[in-house]
Amino acid sequence: MINKLVFENLKHRWVRTVLTAVVIGVQVTLILTIVGLSKGMLQDSARRARGVGAQIWLKPEGSSSFTLASAQVNEKFVGFVSKQPHVDTALGVLIAQVFGFTSMAGVDYDKFVEMTGGVKYLAGGPLRQPDDIVVDQYYQKQNSIKVGQTLKILNHPWHVAGVIEEGKLSHLIVSLSRLQSLTGNTGRVTQIVVKVDNPANTQTAVDQLNTVLKGNLHAVSIDELTSLYNVNNLPPLKGFINVITALSIFVGFLVVFLSLYTAVIERTREIGVLKALGAKPVKILDILIRETILLAIFGCIIGILLSYAAKAVIMWYAPAFLQVVIVPDWWPIAAVIAIVGALLGAVYPGLKAARQDPIEALAYD
Amino acid sequence: MTSDSIIQVRGLQKVYRTGDVPVRALRGIDLDVARGEFLAVIGPSGSGKSTLFHILGGLAAPTDGEVIVDGQNIRDLSDARRTELRQHKVGFVFQKYNLLPTLTALDNILIARYLARQNGPLSDDFKRILDLLGITKRLDHKPRALSGGEQQRVAIARALVNRPAIVLADEPTGNLDTENSTIVLELLRAINHDRGQTILMITHNPEAAAFADRVVAIRDGRIAVDNPG
Repeated sequence: MINKLVFENLKHRWVRTVLTAVVIGVQVTLILTIVGLSKGMLQDSARRARGVGAQIWLKPEGSSSFTLASAQVNEKFVGFVSKQPHVDTALGVLIAQVFGFTSMAGVDYDKFVEMTGGVKYLAGGPLRQPDDIVVDQYYQKQNSIKVGQTLKILNHPWHVAGVIEEGKLSHLIVSLSRLQSLTGNTGRVTQIVVKVDNPANTQTAVDQLNTVLKGNLHAVSIDELTSLYNVNNLPPLKGFINVITALSIFVGFLVVFLSLYTAVIERTREIGVLKALGAKPVKILDILIRETILLAIFGCIIGILLSYAAKAVIMWYAPAFLQVVIVPDWWPIAAVIAIVGALLGAVYPGLKAARQDPIEALAYD
Repeated sequence: MTSDSIIQVRGLQKVYRTGDVPVRALRGIDLDVARGEFLAVIGPSGSGKSTLFHILGGLAAPTDGEVIVDGQNIRDLSDARRTELRQHKVGFVFQKYNLLPTLTALDNILIARYLARQNGPLSDDFKRILDLLGITKRLDHKPRALSGGEQQRVAIARALVNRPAIVLADEPTGNLDTENSTIVLELLRAINHDRGQTILMITHNPEAAAFADRVVAIRDGRIAVDNPG
């Protein structure tokens, strides 16, 4: 009976119910999209790292695992590394930040193709001239690029030679020597990626490389590297998510406070009737809390659906800049956040209703 | 004080405060209502009849005096016990019907049962009351789809569903036209006669009061006239 009353109350003022649920839903979407964006970007980085086909990454000692552009080392290390036991191929990579999260990778293209086991061209073909560039399908889609056109990146005109499938090192790939000269890094690379003779020898090779390169380069296996691509390893990102979460609780609190406060004022007489019929204050509170939880659940469902819409929009407009994933593991967390915010907002209106004098409430017009 | 009285009131006083000003709404009421009696309380606005209604119904506590309803002294009851009194011993009928607009007529009746923790299907006896009230076929409708007379008959059914010791009706015909007023008053009288249900009706309308067995007039917070019908 009580659930019927709660449901009918929400149905009776359906516009307010829908609006409140939508606003709660927007805060849920905000949380899910921020988390999905964080995870998506990290997963994208991890996927592109794996897409190279290498088992080991070598970076200068002390450089961060989370950015592809970092301190640089002498290109001669590439030759040295390639001669180490269990090393099949070593590829020097120079990374240059283009804008935002987008970077450009300079490689020995033939060696890169060999290491990846071959790249699939969606249009055009490989690099042939020093100023050629290949872009991945995300970058192509986002910028509506056609093979043969000229792109001006890093204040330099590049000829688009081909479009490759996404997930191979970088969205933009050019000749190593051209990028070195353009960025004033002749003879230097940002990192070295290594393919071993047998994946079973990866850890042996990592240990060996760390021994011989101590003080210059640090080797990590691709598994270790990609495991580091985690929100928990990025305190600033985690802090940002916490701020968004706190804001969401506050928004939920405000929305539900205003909605329920209005509802309680509007339903003063009904609350008086329930009290006259023998409803105790805790029962009145119970009714409002059930309404609040139901509103929050509606809001969560709307929020989850909106997060799919947000993902679709982001992936349509900026797949090369931003990668979003759906995060079902965060649905219960977002639901708890929404419900907590909503319940906080229900406290004052709920107590006001519970404490209402039945005689005054019955006289209310 | 008779032992057969379902309501016994002695020296009842009620003082309200509006701001810093005390208002003596009731100034020493003595009243006995016999079990199964249909009593009308009449009086002009501000005479204290509604205050008496609220106290007898456990909606307000007396300032002084004894008020015994079906053996329970209201003065000694906590808020929680007065709430229980409203659940089980008192049924209310209001001037403005006070049905919950979001629920159907049937659910408006059932919510009173729910709040009194009464479970199970409606008894055959109560179904006969619904027939008597003429609302059996209107139970699936929400209040907005019912006429004023129908809404008040639903409110009467709601007041009776828990078989309370007394039914308190506050101006039950105040919002009705003459035809519906007569129907409602005749129904109240029929329920009183057929079921022996004690009814205390507050009204300022002498014609409505004439349906009762006995009429008590209140003026300035005191019983002015007590006329058996």
